[in-house]
Amino acid sequence: MSDAKPKVAFYWCSSCGGCEESIVDLAEDILKVVAAVDIVFWPVALDFKKKDVEAMPDKSIAVTFINGAVRLSEQEEMVKLLRRKSGLIVAHGSCAHLGGIPGLGNFWNKETIFRRAYHTTPSTDNRDGVVPLEKSVVDGKELSLPAFFDTVLSLNQVIDVDYYLPGCAPPRDLILNAVTAILEGKLPPKGAVLSPNKSVCDDCERNETKPEKMTIKVIKRPWEALLDPKTCFLAQGVICMGPATRTGCGERCIEANMPCRGCFGPTDQVFDQGAKFLSALGSIIETSDEKEIEKIVDTIVDPAGTFYRFSLPTSILRRRKMEAIR
Amino acid sequence: MSQKITIDPITRLEGHGKIEIFLDDRGDVDRAILQIPELRGFEQFAVGRPVEEMPRITPRICGVCPTAHHMASTKTADAVFHVEPTPTARKIRELIYNAFMFEDHTLHFFFLGGPDFVVGPQAPAAERNILGVLGKVGLEIGGKVIRARRECRDILNHLCGKVIHPVCGLPGGVSKGLDEEHRAQFLETAKFTVDFARFALKIFEDVVLKNKEYVDIVVGDAYKIRTYYMGLVDRNNKVNFYDGDVRVVTPEGKEFAKFKPEEYLQHISEHVEPWSYIKFPFLKKIGWKGFEEGKESGIYRVAPLARLNASDGMATPLAQAEHDRMYEVLGGKPAHNTLAFHWARLIEALQAAETMVALLEDAGITGTDLRNIPTRVPTEGVGIVEAPRGTLIHHYKTDERAIVTEANLIVATVNNAGAINMSIEKAAKSFIKGGQVSDGLLNMVEMAFRAYDPCHACGTHAYPGGMPLTLNIYDHYGERIRQLRRT
Repeated sequence: MSDAKPKVAFYWCSSCGGCEESIVDLAEDILKVVAAVDIVFWPVALDFKKKDVEAMPDKSIAVTFINGAVRLSEQEEMVKLLRRKSGLIVAHGSCAHLGGIPGLGNFWNKETIFRRAYHTTPSTDNRDGVVPLEKSVVDGKELSLPAFFDTVLSLNQVIDVDYYLPGCAPPRDLILNAVTAILEGKLPPKGAVLSPNKSVCDDCERNETKPEKMTIKVIKRPWEALLDPKTCFLAQGVICMGPATRTGCGERCIEANMPCRGCFGPTDQVFDQGAKFLSALGSIIETSDEKEIEKIVDTIVDPAGTFYRFSLPTSILRRRKMEAIR
Repeated sequence: MSQKITIDPITRLEGHGKIEIFLDDRGDVDRAILQIPELRGFEQFAVGRPVEEMPRITPRICGVCPTAHHMASTKTADAVFHVEPTPTARKIRELIYNAFMFEDHTLHFFFLGGPDFVVGPQAPAAERNILGVLGKVGLEIGGKVIRARRECRDILNHLCGKVIHPVCGLPGGVSKGLDEEHRAQFLETAKFTVDFARFALKIFEDVVLKNKEYVDIVVGDAYKIRTYYMGLVDRNNKVNFYDGDVRVVTPEGKEFAKFKPEEYLQHISEHVEPWSYIKFPFLKKIGWKGFEEGKESGIYRVAPLARLNASDGMATPLAQAEHDRMYEVLGGKPAHNTLAFHWARLIEALQAAETMVALLEDAGITGTDLRNIPTRVPTEGVGIVEAPRGTLIHHYKTDERAIVTEANLIVATVNNAGAINMSIEKAAKSFIKGGQVSDGLLNMVEMAFRAYDPCHACGTHAYPGGMPLTLNIYDHYGERIRQLRRT
């Protein structure tokens, strides 16, 4: 009888567990979802293993929600398997969608990350120079670990993705809307990001405090000044990714009087979130003198890590060229 | 013939965890190993980031306890800038932190750890979950559990922006204040949490302590290891989650060390093994002696029972009374009984609830002095909080523009990595003899590490049903000869 219900699967890759919590936070609503579907794979909650998935007919899972970026061989294998077995794949959350915070690892590579984690951190006592190995033998016992990649990948860099649920973590109304739309067969065009296609500024309550012609002369960091809780952050000279970021988040960070950091990624019209922000910024800097513009932009610390906080792996930069920094 | 048993829960500490159990030729347990196959490299990619952004980056280490990373990171940023939060900001931070501890701890008891006791370790797996708990103690409790989680998360959403992931912490304070209307509303929640924590302890009393079989399991040798203990304490050596000195006691309960956060490198080192991406911290002054118990080994434990062991008691009166009662039953302090982590967790939840009430009864929490603007040159800092799963250390160095040049993190569950391995091995050795693997093994071994509420359990945390496990037994040709499953 449960065969009549659509089959749903969940999987996580390189992620923090916050997306799983976002599903738990649906609270009572999740019970309605659970009653309407047959969950066939969910490592966090159900005891089905990889081989159970392998045994399923191709395309027999109606939809699989995958969160986390891809950084390990094991994750790559699992998402390819799930792609084969699933009708639809939804990239759930910023990491699967854009690469997310773990994507900041693309400023480095496996070698530098391992060197830091296992050799140069000041609390590490590793005089024998041990590092975790894909195959190791302890007292004659063989143990294995999955391979660690140099580069963090978003989900669509590994498999074909049908829809994207943005956010770190996605808010409950967006998840519920997505699930409902899929269950009711009211599917948007393939590749859609399941959140309104407009910017955070369009929905932001502070938008009306934005002056007609906004001009800034100095960039301030959030710790440097008391931030007015009603005024547009950019008008206060504080970097806010709102102009280059898709809305649908409920502006929750701004509600807590902190500027947007862009976890929803760009709108449909924009290919590169960081480039979009730079152009938005260029238009509000109060001078046309190029030297002066340069001087102001120079006061922005860590532009790459700020403008691409959540989207480095899917940006035009994608990753840092490691040869260059050696 | 040697055998290998794999317990592969495919679930997480920052990802996943896998238990390998090796049997000797008599079929007894030779070695049990918990592997953590996940690493994301936060310490490396922190480099180059503005230090004030770290509280918005590091919560992504864990989406179940993001508030712990947010707060440790914010305190580290305070230290880097040599700035203290304003009195109001400190109160707000402590409110956030105690609401988070309460919510996390009680949730663990009802959804994850509690079912083993309330429903019973031998109960059918299908009943050993939150629904089984409700069946045993009454359905109306379900409403209370949901209310407690929702209202605490409302406090966090209001003050932090998002529960997953908080954004409010800035060096020298917080970004958002508390108004009178919300103070009154949250005070009602806080009072409810005190009642709820006492009620959870009553359930523990009625169901566990009045059942000799359960008490025997709790105090039995299979779940006992003698280690050092570590936790934050306040000026009076009482348990504190948000701030204080780190205190370490010996397996006999004597003070071994007490240090300031910035002194942690004199006391803690981390050992590397080739078979796990996780590192194994140990007490530097004793040294790494392998996965060994006792005073000669540098292995220490953190998290609820360890915090109580490392302190002279609780900071609030109701929790103190419960603390005294627990040690009376366990036969004195320190207690080495791994399953008593569950009990200590509820006592801590009560302290968190009482602390919330005290903070919200103080009208000073609605003050408008939310930020001290840093004025000194940033350098280096260490921030330590007690996460639900133990002592959490963030350490950043910056350049004069407050850009991170080096970061080091010792994450709560990592402190327990050695001890969790040992607890699993001990439980496995107690329950697997002569190659006979009982069906009950799965849950009994699982109970050994679930007591720590390790972040492997992060996801399962809130879900009906225990952690799913498959246990495979292989002969020396690698052929599977038996499989046990629980769901």
